[in-house]
Order: sequence, then C-alpha cells, then structure tokens
Amino acid sequence: MKEIFTLPETTLAFPFEVLPQQALQELELPMLQPYIAAGFPSPADDYLEDHVNLRQLLIRNPTATYLVRVRGNSMEDANIYDEDILVVDRSIKASAGQILIGSVNGEFTVKRLVSKDNKLYLQPANQDFTTLEVTEDMDFKAWGVVIWALHQTAKIK
Amino acid sequence: MAALYALADCNNFYVSCERVFAPHLEGRPVVVLSNNDGCVISRSAEAKALGIKMGEPEFLIKDQIRQHNIQVFSSNYTLYGDMSRRVMATMTQFAPEMEVYSIDEAFLDFSHLKNDDVLKHATKLRETVKLWTGIPVSVGIAPTKTLAKLANRLTKEIKADNKVLLLQDKYELNEALARTEVGDVWGIGRRNAQKLASFGIYTAKDLSCASDSFIRKHLTVVGLRTAKELRGEPCLGLELITAAKQNMCTSRSFGKPVTSLELLHEATASYTATCAAKLRRQKSCARVLTVFLQAYPFKNELAYYNSKTITLPTATNSTLELLHYTALALKPLFREGYRYKKTGVILSELNHEQTTQTSFLDTVDRAKHQRLMEVMDKVNGLWGKQTLIAAAQGVYDPKKQQNPWLMKSMKMSPRYTTHPAEMLCVQV
Repeated sequence: MKEIFTLPETTLAFPFEVLPQQALQELELPMLQPYIAAGFPSPADDYLEDHVNLRQLLIRNPTATYLVRVRGNSMEDANIYDEDILVVDRSIKASAGQILIGSVNGEFTVKRLVSKDNKLYLQPANQDFTTLEVTEDMDFKAWGVVIWALHQTAKIK
Repeated sequence: MAALYALADCNNFYVSCERVFAPHLEGRPVVVLSNNDGCVISRSAEAKALGIKMGEPEFLIKDQIRQHNIQVFSSNYTLYGDMSRRVMATMTQFAPEMEVYSIDEAFLDFSHLKNDDVLKHATKLRETVKLWTGIPVSVGIAPTKTLAKLANRLTKEIKADNKVLLLQDKYELNEALARTEVGDVWGIGRRNAQKLASFGIYTAKDLSCASDSFIRKHLTVVGLRTAKELRGEPCLGLELITAAKQNMCTSRSFGKPVTSLELLHEATASYTATCAAKLRRQKSCARVLTVFLQAYPFKNELAYYNSKTITLPTATNSTLELLHYTALALKPLFREGYRYKKTGVILSELNHEQTTQTSFLDTVDRAKHQRLMEVMDKVNGLWGKQTLIAAAQGVYDPKKQQNPWLMKSMKMSPRYTTHPAEMLCVQV
C-alpha cells in the first residue's frame, strides 16, 4: 500500500502529533538490540526476530483507515482524551460493544455502541454525559470503528 | 469466453468527497468550484435540482447561492486525489485487471464472472467502496467499454439506491441504444452529433445500424470502432499501461491581476518548478519550453496574449536549468501597463531521461543537477511540496504576507487525510 499521509509543511512541536503513514512505515523498532561482539558471537543472534512495524501494528487496512483528532472529554473513562488521535477503520462493520465514530443529525460524535433489550444506544464514557438511544427516525450513520486511541504521554520539545 | 466490462463512476465525486468529512452537507445543495473559484465543476443532486448548470460561473449564481443556502467549496485536489486513490485501491480487489480512466472512473474486466454473479459482484463493489471510503459509485456493465460507458450513463435514471445496470441481453441493449442520443456516446461529441443529425442519425441505435463505409467516411476509423463497440464487438481493451505524456503544461489564473514583471516571473517560475517535478516523476527530459501569458483588455486595446518557445541546447529535467530558460522566454513577452490574468509553462519534445543526448559543448554539470533534484524531490515528498523551492519562485510567509499571485481558493475545506495539522476533528 502506498503512503497515505505526508509529513506537514510546517515543523510541529510534538513529534507524535505527526502520524503520517509513510513515517510509520519506515519506523521500525528492533525487538532485540543487536550489537557486534568482537570476541564471542552473541548468544542472542539465533533469537533475533524481525522488526516491529508500527504502521502494520496499528493499521489493518490502510485504504479504509482514517486518522481523527479528538476534541472534548465525553469518552474519558474509555481512555480517550482531548487531543488524542483515533485510528478509525471504516471497513469493519460496526457491532455492539465497539467504540464508533458516527454522525447524529449531521454532527460527528464518538461513542460506544451498546445493545440492551433489543435497543441500541450511543453511550458516553463519562458520567456528565447522557446516553442516546438510536431510534428509527433519528439520522444516525456509522462512519467507522475506532480501533486505536493514541495518547501522548510526554510532550517533547 | 465473452468479454464483459464494467465502468465504475463516482457520483458527483468532488461533492461526495466533501460530504464524507462533513455529514451535515448530506441532503443539502452543494457545489465545488474550479481552480481560482471560477465555475461550478461538481454539483450535488440537490444543486442540480435547483437548476445549477455544470460550468456555470460562480458570480452568475450568487443570488441562487444566497436564496437556497447552497454550500460552496473551492476545489481541494489534495483531498480529492487521496480519496480517488482510496476508491481505486478498493476497487482493484474486484477484477483481475482495472484501467483507471480518470480521477473518478475506472474500467474493470468482469469477463471472468459467471452470468448469475455479475450483478451481485457489482453490488458488492458498490457497497465496499461506500463502506471503506464513503463515496457512492454507480456501475454500468456491458460487453464492450463503449457500451459499459453507456450503461453507466443510464444508471442515473435508476431511482433505487443500488445504481448498477447490466446491459447484455439483446433486447435490453437495443432499447438502451435507442434512447441514448448519439452525442452522448463515448467518443462522439457534440460536433460529430451535429454532422450525424444532418444524415438522420440521432441515436446510438441509428449509428450502430449505419453502414461501415458511411461511418468510416464521416467519422474515420475511430468512429467505426465506436460503432462496432455499440454493436457489441469489443475493439477497445483495457489500457493498463499509461503512456508517458508527450508534453505537459502547468498554468494557473492569478487570484488577482498581476502588473509587475517581478511577480509574473515568480508565478511562472513556480509553474515551471511544478512542471519539472512532474517531468522527473515520469523520468522524462524536455527539449522545448514555451511560456505564455494572458492579460485583461486595457484601455482601448484588446486582451493581450503572447507566447515564446525556446529550444534548449540539451534536453533537461532540472528545475534550475528550466528556470533559466523560463526567465529568458518571459522577459520579452512582458508589456508594461497590462493587468495580467494568467501565465503558463508548456514542456514538450519529451524523451526518456536515459535516451537524452548530450552535446559536446555542454557546460552544465548534469550529474550534480541530478543529485540536487533527487534531494529536492525527496525533501518535498516528505515535508510538502513547498519545503524546498528555488528563490525565483518568491518566498512568502502566509502568516505575514499573502502571496499576491496565488490562486483564489477562499472556501477550501481542510486536507483531512494528508495533512496532520488539518486532520478531521471530532467533538466527542
């Protein structure tokens, strides 16, 4: 798959704010750090495995995957915080229990889809917000399933 | 095995791309404007219903825009290009071979499918593209490419959501040909349609029934091929390899009129740089460079248009070298006092870079230029097209000073999928 995201034109302050797939593709973290021992061969050499490809780890289907930035805190108890980046896969059919991005009356929202007593609900993960029942006459459309929430834990200058 | 082709076409593609990232646009009239916010180039069904025509200049429909609250967008080709790539990548799974025909259409080879499976397969393609990308497509399927194109046109009449039409049955094909105007047939066009009308040929059916000698006489062998395709005889295969372009052009209208040679030069230099990068992408070198410019009418004089063509001593694809000749060509074209509307650069006589002949008298260090261009393309590929530019293109910091010649695109949506700073934001 070709890269879908290119790096920004401006230099951003936080390296992880940038999530270009191309960069992810090239970012390979070695699982074991090999070093060359001058004297004895490393006993770990035979156990050396392939590198972890972060892009492959996060993105199952690049053609159908989109990155979305979170604003707001209605999903905090599900560990989705303001400013986080969501990896959204549109090719997964939404099912109960998953966190979705969808539109309600033309506005995007991110909520957990919950099924109870044959009814579907959009449930926030924050007590300050109310659960919304998905009804027939409501204009609700699923947009994609959130498969990862990326949260930055340290701001690096 | 009988051939079967599908033409998959994205419905109102540019408008559909905008809607994927702005669901509140669903059900409302939306239009997308051409470069420099000139004319309508994509319309939602609601805008069509309001009588907005394709190609209509924006200033002529200002009242309608206000009255019906039509949502207007500048064209966002970065977004449309990425969404097109996603649509095409999704569709490749559905056929052994696919020809990308334009930004929003592709021909697919469906010959391998069993008759009973064709409609099911096309429906599955539609649903998958819609699910993965949010873009609605319609699919026309028939024994030739020309008929698939015709079938696709007819899907517009389908009221149901599943816009898939298979034209294979003789009776249905005849009926479809009879209600398609000959000018709407792929490759015929309005001028030919007028000519054909004078011979009493009005519909695709009439054309398919005309004699080969008549068609060859009036429409050449190209027209004959079209007629044969209409009869169900495949003459056009899928074009799987895109031929390298024989010439290329980059040209833009200015956001507002430009009067000085300096600014004119910056803009033209930028177009040269864009064109040179395209040239390197297809691994070609250009031997001939043309610069043209166009000005608004001035006092009692007519609009000014002029161009100059330079043949280079050695074909090149180095931005720096081409910029040198751009400046040489532009300077004598400039007339004081005019308000310039646009300039453009055409590169022609293109050769593959490997077959380019160098002259004995060549004084340019080509290896050095090549290395520099490789670095420049790499940097611009990673950090965006405007990261490393030639000084001749003019240096502007958009925060401090607007680039005075840059195109108008006042209503451009964010480049949601390609620029991290413009990523889709969702209030949760």
